[in-house]
Amino acid sequence: MNTPTLSSPVNRRDFLKLTGLAGGGLALAFYIRSGSDASAATAPADFTPNAFIRITPSGAVTIVSKQPEMGQGVKTSLPMIIAEQLEVPWEGITIEQADFNEKLYGNQSAGGSRSTPNNYDNFHLVGATARTMLVAAAAQTWGVPASECRAEKATVVHTSGKKLGYGQLVAKAASLPVPAKESVMLKDPKNYTLLGRRIAQIDTPKIVTGQPLFGIDMKLPGMLYAVYEKCPAFGGKVVSANLDLIKTLPGVKDAFILEGNGKVKELVPGVAIVADSTWSALSARKQLKVTWDEGKVVNESWDTFVAEARAKAAQPGQRVLRKDGDADAALAAAAKTVTAEYVYPFISHANLEPQNTTAHWHDGVMEIWSPTQIPSIGTGMVNRVLGIAPEKIKLHLNRAGGGFGRRIGADYLIEAAAIAMKVNAPVKLTWTREDDLKHDQYRPGGLHFLKGGVDAAGKVVAWKNHFFTFGEGGAPGSGGALSGDEFPGRWIANYQAEQTMFETGWPMGPWRAPGSCVFAWVIHSFIDELAHAAGRDPLELRLELLGTRDEMPAGSSGAAKGKQGGGYNVARMRNVLKFTAEKAGWGKKKFAKGSGAGIAFHFSHSGYFAQIAEVTVSREGRLKVDRFITGGDIGAQIINPSGAENQVEGSVIDGLGVLLTQELNIERGRVVQSNFNDYPLIRITDAPAKIETYFLKTDYPTTGLGEPALPAVAPAICNAIFAATGKRVRQMPLTRTDLRWT
Amino acid sequence: MKYTLNLNGQSRTVDVPADTPMLWVLRDHLDLPGTKFGCGVGQCGACTIHLNGVPTRACMTPVSTVGRMKVTTIEGLAASATALHPLQQAWTELDVAQCGYCQAGQIMTAAALLKDNPKPTDDDIDGAMAGNLCRCATYQRIREGIKRAAVIAGTKEAAK
Repeated sequence: MNTPTLSSPVNRRDFLKLTGLAGGGLALAFYIRSGSDASAATAPADFTPNAFIRITPSGAVTIVSKQPEMGQGVKTSLPMIIAEQLEVPWEGITIEQADFNEKLYGNQSAGGSRSTPNNYDNFHLVGATARTMLVAAAAQTWGVPASECRAEKATVVHTSGKKLGYGQLVAKAASLPVPAKESVMLKDPKNYTLLGRRIAQIDTPKIVTGQPLFGIDMKLPGMLYAVYEKCPAFGGKVVSANLDLIKTLPGVKDAFILEGNGKVKELVPGVAIVADSTWSALSARKQLKVTWDEGKVVNESWDTFVAEARAKAAQPGQRVLRKDGDADAALAAAAKTVTAEYVYPFISHANLEPQNTTAHWHDGVMEIWSPTQIPSIGTGMVNRVLGIAPEKIKLHLNRAGGGFGRRIGADYLIEAAAIAMKVNAPVKLTWTREDDLKHDQYRPGGLHFLKGGVDAAGKVVAWKNHFFTFGEGGAPGSGGALSGDEFPGRWIANYQAEQTMFETGWPMGPWRAPGSCVFAWVIHSFIDELAHAAGRDPLELRLELLGTRDEMPAGSSGAAKGKQGGGYNVARMRNVLKFTAEKAGWGKKKFAKGSGAGIAFHFSHSGYFAQIAEVTVSREGRLKVDRFITGGDIGAQIINPSGAENQVEGSVIDGLGVLLTQELNIERGRVVQSNFNDYPLIRITDAPAKIETYFLKTDYPTTGLGEPALPAVAPAICNAIFAATGKRVRQMPLTRTDLRWT
Repeated sequence: MKYTLNLNGQSRTVDVPADTPMLWVLRDHLDLPGTKFGCGVGQCGACTIHLNGVPTRACMTPVSTVGRMKVTTIEGLAASATALHPLQQAWTELDVAQCGYCQAGQIMTAAALLKDNPKPTDDDIDGAMAGNLCRCATYQRIREGIKRAAVIAGTKEAAK
């Protein structure tokens, strides 16, 4: 029997069998608590069939959530799966955030929209196994076959009407062996009572009343407060600092230099100031004078790279990413050709909660509290850079005030740990907004020099792209690698993609839907250019381009399934495109001059999305998104529709915000912008008037939503701008294009 | 310097430098971390508190300028733990938050809006809320949340 994959549909009956038998990934046995791993908080009388469930004799149910929570909603949605199978009412259960312990819980990384697909099947099994044991305990108590018993609302009920609450069954259930997973029956999805319900995030009561919750809210007895000044130029080293003066300032407990480990995304050199309050530390920092050795990064500026790219655009690239047919010959023979340059800048993540971590070096143990997306990266860095053995590193996971990929980096975590090693107290490191904007791990900018051709029938026959990207350590930065197999690579007979990379000392990192978040804009804007050149409807041309085959096999780039360039289920994309067009009423509306609709689609992070924007551009050139429609296929089950729609609505506004204003200037190896006054984020005034979200449910496995609804947003809007005004947006952000019309 | 504040209906005394912003007085010295640090320059609104009912940026407000003004923070917005403010109820009903970091500031700004304007239009809402950033971009639900809170408050008012 095959494990369900992204490309093989499973019917619901098979799905039950498959998950029960194969499970995919981790086996339940992996999750069984062993004596040494059991939490100290667990009383011996409790029923703890695995690391995720705890039921006390009084009937109190706790579900442990192992994934880091950063606003993507997994602390609510993933425990919902366990609660559904366990048959416990959502209201009244406690959800507890797990510490970092991958031996006990398995993978705890939250990134790449993987939390849901990585855990979905196993969490069904986790809940169902515990329920099976509770039912067996009741059956044994009554001396009846388990088949005569069923579980509902934290109670086991016998066909005779007899009932026992889960609390009453705890002692017996705890003595039973964990059943083999083959014998565990999962609920039929048609009997779900929790999955598919709109559930508010579990931390909502704390969020709306301001209770401590985030990393930055940490306070420990005797805790000190640290700030850390780094060189404005990336990777610059400290030559000297006026530490003697700083140490005399009010509230300052210590000040010292950290050398760094020579890596711009790890422990960066700087000066730490440790004080009795955040304000004391910040006040002292105003008087800090540091002499820096800025290094050779000062020779690197964005404008210089852009000029160099333009000069080299017509030359062959350093690398051929993909070459099919003969693009040059096809362009020469085409009925119409389009040439365009697309450019997008470096941008920041700008999580609203500034980076922070609390660390305490005590008893040979480094104890850390951090808002982090991939905890193992931080602990690995502490081990490698500070030489602390893995078993001597204890990491607690705080709710993060936004992720967006930024907190996959652990630079702030290693800084806090390195500072803590020199301080005889718990210490909380808080970055300022300026620290965050100037020392992010940025989404790389890029340039695409495109040529496309259509034949006399308006069919796309040629596509050529010379892509310029930015690298670190010999490879493109995260999100700066274009796969040769990225759509429409593999679809167009004469296709050529080449890459030239500029090596820099600039820190780059994953930014929500890395790569996809910019490539979709370039690709779907240019497809739109070809559609208009051919005089064709943009939807119709896209459907023709996708073609009639149902599956596009993975290309030679070796990209994993679900990633850009991997196996691509064309049928799913086509269906969601048609579905979205129908929801929007594509082609049926008449727009006055200044208004129009645009369409785009994208497959990334295992999700198939099509998006349609309806916009109005005033004569003065001001853009208003009147209506934005998203259609998405992320498989069989929308776990929590409220959270799911929230992710899509946020992705839409985030995609619009990036398009509107986001831009960093990097000059002489440093970021020019410093705070939200010169790096404006989207505000409520620019949010679309209406956002509609529709899910096309299919029989494919359930996948994640943190990213795939973002990439097609900007091209849908830019294509609508063209429909409204005839102005083609080829530069991000929009402030660089004059949209005034008469 | 010692300052005695009229905070959430209680008298609280702190001993801090005169230029300490209320943001850090609340967070570091009074264990009220609901007021959030986002930018430190009055651009994001995450630190919004009320001074005599007026929404104010705590990061730009030195403790020495507060005097006996009534200070209300997110922790003191609800009448009691069991009687949440209509905005807090609406935020829960509509599941407004994503990461939740900005939401205390959003709610504090919205509370002042509703006091002045019990039935705001979308334009009223956009105008009043334009100073509060939400990086997760929950603006859609913030608009809905404020309108829902207006209904909850109106129903309560009518029942009196």
